[in-house]
Amino acid sequence: MMKKKFEVIVIGASFGGVAALNKLLPPLSGLTNLPIFIVQHTKQMKENLFVKRMNELCASKVVEAADGYKVEKGVIFVAPGGYHLLVEDDETMSLSKDDPVQYARPSIDVLFESVVDVYEEAVIAILLTGANQDGADGIVAVHQAGGMTLVQDPVEAEMPSMPEAAIATGEVDHIAPLLGIVEILQPTLAKRDAYE
Amino acid sequence: MHNAEKLAVELIIEVIKRQYGYDFSDYSRASLKRRLIHHKTKLGLASLADMIPLLINNPHSFDELLTSLSVTVTELFRDPEFYQAFADEVVPKLKTYPYLKVWHAGCSTGEEVYSMAILLHENKYLDRTQLYATDFNPYALNIARKGIYPNEHINAYVDNYRKSGGGFELEDYFVEKYEAIKVKRFLQERIAFSQHNLATDHIFGDMEVIVCRNVMIYFDERLKRKVLDLFNESLVVYGFLCLGDKETLDYPGFRVVNEAASIYQKVPK
Repeated sequence: MMKKKFEVIVIGASFGGVAALNKLLPPLSGLTNLPIFIVQHTKQMKENLFVKRMNELCASKVVEAADGYKVEKGVIFVAPGGYHLLVEDDETMSLSKDDPVQYARPSIDVLFESVVDVYEEAVIAILLTGANQDGADGIVAVHQAGGMTLVQDPVEAEMPSMPEAAIATGEVDHIAPLLGIVEILQPTLAKRDAYE
Repeated sequence: MHNAEKLAVELIIEVIKRQYGYDFSDYSRASLKRRLIHHKTKLGLASLADMIPLLINNPHSFDELLTSLSVTVTELFRDPEFYQAFADEVVPKLKTYPYLKVWHAGCSTGEEVYSMAILLHENKYLDRTQLYATDFNPYALNIARKGIYPNEHINAYVDNYRKSGGGFELEDYFVEKYEAIKVKRFLQERIAFSQHNLATDHIFGDMEVIVCRNVMIYFDERLKRKVLDLFNESLVVYGFLCLGDKETLDYPGFRVVNEAASIYQKVPK
């Protein structure tokens, strides 16, 4: 069977997410040059610090996503506070001030669903710690399109309800702690980059 | 997106354009599709394609859709940092003008243009300012014109107002009645509300200030460029253009006044 070809990685995190991303992103970005999109629920104004810190820790360039940015390999795009982040068919990003979804803006569901519209089965989705239900619909969308879904083990998560809500959908391929997620992805990602 | 859905989105855009004269063809598709799906769910339809015969046969169904597609919820003094920056860095430069014209493009339900009127009032400019507030959605504009808002979010508004540097009490500018607040007449009198479509209509001449925050984020590059041409032609030299905090102006002939608040000034050629 031919190995699936992935084109993007999306990550959603909420309460406890900054610490989790601190642990996940550096090894993950060392594995792959696929574009990575992140929605991290956080108070506005703070994500510049998050972006700055991640830039120091990761092999890839980390930037706050902006309207019209082109999707690029080797770059991690972080949704700005207060805006939904979406990807368009021409692989540019767009922002929206539409209503919060599941009380969240940026919304993990909005990002995941829009990425599925563009990349279909070529999406890897990772959902981390959080105290709400955001991301569950997004995980369903990714999985039903044929993409790969991974969720942080609720036992390890600082807040288990977001991973649990996703797991309850029955559309999750792997449940693992943060470093376990990296291990699971390693063969898939390493192989892909080697063939390029 | 799935091909059937993609096709339905394009056909809906075509029906709206040909039958009702509103042009969404240069709107970013991802948000537009989300709004269409949301509307479809609200109507209890099985698919986006089911919306097409409804739109063709029933003009009333278009009225509802237009509201779903174009109205954005906003707040009084939304993004207080913007109003603070405007008061600190733009207002002092307006002193030389005997009379001011301010255009708020894409005013939706009006909260932000009333906020600007309050700011100008507190800086003693309102009595020599004419504000123009435009939107392409007649229903949103009607709410804006009335200036009546539910009072459930009043605490958040008061909080915004204080953070924006407002020097009085927000309540001074409203009459409270039942579950609602109504903008006082002296603010309303300075604002002319009218229907205007940035995608298809013409310039508004000789503005000292244009405010258009988080409207162009829904447009594709072509329409953005067209609207920026329109703003450039509508602004006087040294006039100010205020965009949303995550919008960056990529257009010749402007200087940055405040980058974080996305305030720009047109400079002479």
